[in-house]
Amino acid sequence: MTATLTEPKQRPAAPPKPRSTGWRRRLPLLPALFFVILVTQIPFLVTVFYSFQSWNLVRPGSQHFVGLQNYVDVFADSQFRGAMLNTVVLTVVCVFVSLLLGLGLALLLDRQFLGRGVVRTLLITPFLILPAAGALLWKTSMFHPNYGLVNFVFGGNTDWLSAFPLASVMTQVVWQWTPFMMLLILAGLQGQSKEVLEAAQVDGAGRWRTFASITLPQLSRYLQLAALLGAIYIVNSFDAIYLMTQGGPGTASTNLPYYIYQRAFEGFDIGQSSAMGVIVVVLTLIVATFTLRLMFRTFDVSSGVK
Amino acid sequence: MPARSGNRLGRASLTVLTWIIAILFVFPIVWMVLTSFKSEGDAFTSPPRLFFEPTLEQFGNILDRGFLPYLGNSAFVTVVCTVLVLLLGVPAAYALSIAPVRGTSNALGFFLSTKMLPVVAAIIPLYVISQNLRLLDNVWALIVLYTAMNLPLAIWMMRSFFLEVPREMIEAARVDGATLPTVLLRIILPVVAPGIAATALICVIFSWTEFFYAVNLTAAQAGTVPVFLVGFITSEGLYWAQLSAAALLASLPVMIIGWFAQNHLVRGLSMGAVK
Repeated sequence: MTATLTEPKQRPAAPPKPRSTGWRRRLPLLPALFFVILVTQIPFLVTVFYSFQSWNLVRPGSQHFVGLQNYVDVFADSQFRGAMLNTVVLTVVCVFVSLLLGLGLALLLDRQFLGRGVVRTLLITPFLILPAAGALLWKTSMFHPNYGLVNFVFGGNTDWLSAFPLASVMTQVVWQWTPFMMLLILAGLQGQSKEVLEAAQVDGAGRWRTFASITLPQLSRYLQLAALLGAIYIVNSFDAIYLMTQGGPGTASTNLPYYIYQRAFEGFDIGQSSAMGVIVVVLTLIVATFTLRLMFRTFDVSSGVK
Repeated sequence: MPARSGNRLGRASLTVLTWIIAILFVFPIVWMVLTSFKSEGDAFTSPPRLFFEPTLEQFGNILDRGFLPYLGNSAFVTVVCTVLVLLLGVPAAYALSIAPVRGTSNALGFFLSTKMLPVVAAIIPLYVISQNLRLLDNVWALIVLYTAMNLPLAIWMMRSFFLEVPREMIEAARVDGATLPTVLLRIILPVVAPGIAATALICVIFSWTEFFYAVNLTAAQAGTVPVFLVGFITSEGLYWAQLSAAALLASLPVMIIGWFAQNHLVRGLSMGAVK
């Protein structure tokens, strides 16, 4: 009965809604929209405003407008440029490596085998523990020169955090983010249509060819999302650096979030640290767009093989 | 025939490889759990000690160091934030999917773009504003910030679940004279409930583990568990077992929730990807 009733209803396109209901339809959206604008956009605009001021909390009453001077100073600051480079290296390497590892693990998990559920549970655990706990754990139990497990296994008494500070931090970040990438890619693998895969096999396509021309293009959305989310969070890495190396030795592992934190909360230079904040926003947008572009191009090529 | 058995061998070795990698990945955490049951003497040895006499001493020690209030703050912030995200996010997701407003894609794009705004870019004004509002070292400052931080992703995820609701079912119910609340409760809710659960889970994880705002805006009064862990960077080397116990207790709630809800987690994340 209902079927016959609904049948004719489906055919015409949705009737155009009268103008007056527009606001009523928009109403459920507005609280969230206003809340997010208030809490995320206003502080950012204030940051932009501060970035044109010379203002150091150590010198009360020193606040005045200086135009672009802060930006000039920031770009002349070699420590800032070092931190910028570290941020780019940290983000690009960590996203790339954890995405690759995640893809490998997801492919390994996308089969029936003994204890599959247990293995998946084990693999996602690094993503579930507190990042602060993970960072401290790697700093002490793993990387300690005399009592750490890394030196126990490989011998020697390298002080990893002093000798390879950025690589050590990246190891921890990759360890933390690989499970997240794996989960997303696994979802993508399990969502692909079995019929297409079987058809490819019937047509005599080899495993590698099936992967390159069917699986990979189908995964591209998942890979893009994983890369984008990963990049957004890893650009902001603060806990690992704060807890493992304090940006050191010297400034060897200082990234932008940590440098801004130092300038604002230890140097009390509101103007300059705000200018850096604005630069980080621009940089993040560039990195995110670049990552996406790169990935789109990669997958255009591989889908062209089809 | 030989190809077959070679295939089986290959499969078996892949399985072994998978297991080895999984164990390597989780080993640091296993080690943390072991260390948390050691005495400080057993925790700080060379070579590292695998066998030892387990003790609960470290858990007692961190409770003496005042761990519980931090745990309470974390729980309060996480629960209130998740509820707020759902209260604000569910209607927004509805307005962007089932009864889509004009400019839906713009609104979605805006929400997503706020995620690209690095937290450091806003911390200075947020600090000054919190100070003026007397919200420094106050859990509500964290609640407001975490809600705004989680809302975009939550709306995005929930929208894709809402899009799963069959249009015909809603239309049919309308024709049968169902009112909006009935449609919401009887038709839409059953379909989207798993999605809402997955979204809530993501909110819980990100609120519980957030570090930057917590460290910069709170201290002894409103500090969450990551702030408690920061106390260990100065005394590193002396209290490894205590640190492991604290790290374990701090991570345990999210770890357990995540383990039990991993299917929801996978589904929730993947829905966001396809739509």
